[in-house]
Amino acid sequence: MRLAVFFIREASAETENSMSESVKFHFDVNGQSFTSAGQASVQVKKNLRELGISPEVIRRVSIAMYEGEINMVIHAHGGEADVEVFEDKIVIVLNDHGPGIKDVELAMKEGYSTAPDNIRSLGFGAGMGLPNMKRYTDDMKIETQLGVGTKITMTVNF
Amino acid sequence: MTVRELQQSCGFEAVCLPDPDREISGCYCGDLLSWVMGRAKSDQAWITIMTNINTVAVATLCDVSVVVLSENVAFEDDVRNTAEAKGVNVLRTPLPTYEAAKKLSELI
Repeated sequence: MRLAVFFIREASAETENSMSESVKFHFDVNGQSFTSAGQASVQVKKNLRELGISPEVIRRVSIAMYEGEINMVIHAHGGEADVEVFEDKIVIVLNDHGPGIKDVELAMKEGYSTAPDNIRSLGFGAGMGLPNMKRYTDDMKIETQLGVGTKITMTVNF
Repeated sequence: MTVRELQQSCGFEAVCLPDPDREISGCYCGDLLSWVMGRAKSDQAWITIMTNINTVAVATLCDVSVVVLSENVAFEDDVRNTAEAKGVNVLRTPLPTYEAAKKLSELI
């Protein structure tokens, strides 16, 4: 079975040089349908490359974001991803309206997963998503409420 | 060694080679995508039996120089088209992962 990954409606970039010297990217991650996987992460990678960000930082940001997107599709029927590039760091905010995370500590454990079997046959659901996101970022904050949704804020410093 | 050189010297099938002159610096084997994503390094050859669309995304994000499909696993046209469009080199061999890795290791 092919489970879809995500469909990105439109990426928008907005530069605010005069205000805060930051560059923002916004993506809608739709978990229902799918054309090409990881488009938001791949797009972010491309955008960051154009901004002259170092390859190692780009790699960390895009991998963390991809894991987050996969999570949003598997567990929350999609959501929104915002990436903001500052002078000294990149902040990624992933927001969904899914079921929330019941036990964050358990979810952070490598190998723990609540993903269904069909996800495993696609090479995901190994319980590595959140641990990878933590490993690849300098700071990760999870705000979650059962039945309401989850907001994950990740920071990668330069 | 470049991807093209690997393909020629091992006789691997060229599924798509949008960037054949990329250098290969090492090798990583694995099928769990999250695991691979956390560990494969850029410019490595990645040997796997995973052929869904996410394979291409992981290859792009990890910036591996080539995906080597072992065991002659089937690779669908739309996935190949995506790989081509994203500049992901894909080779294929009937060899199991271990044998393919052994062959690669003799060359790099």
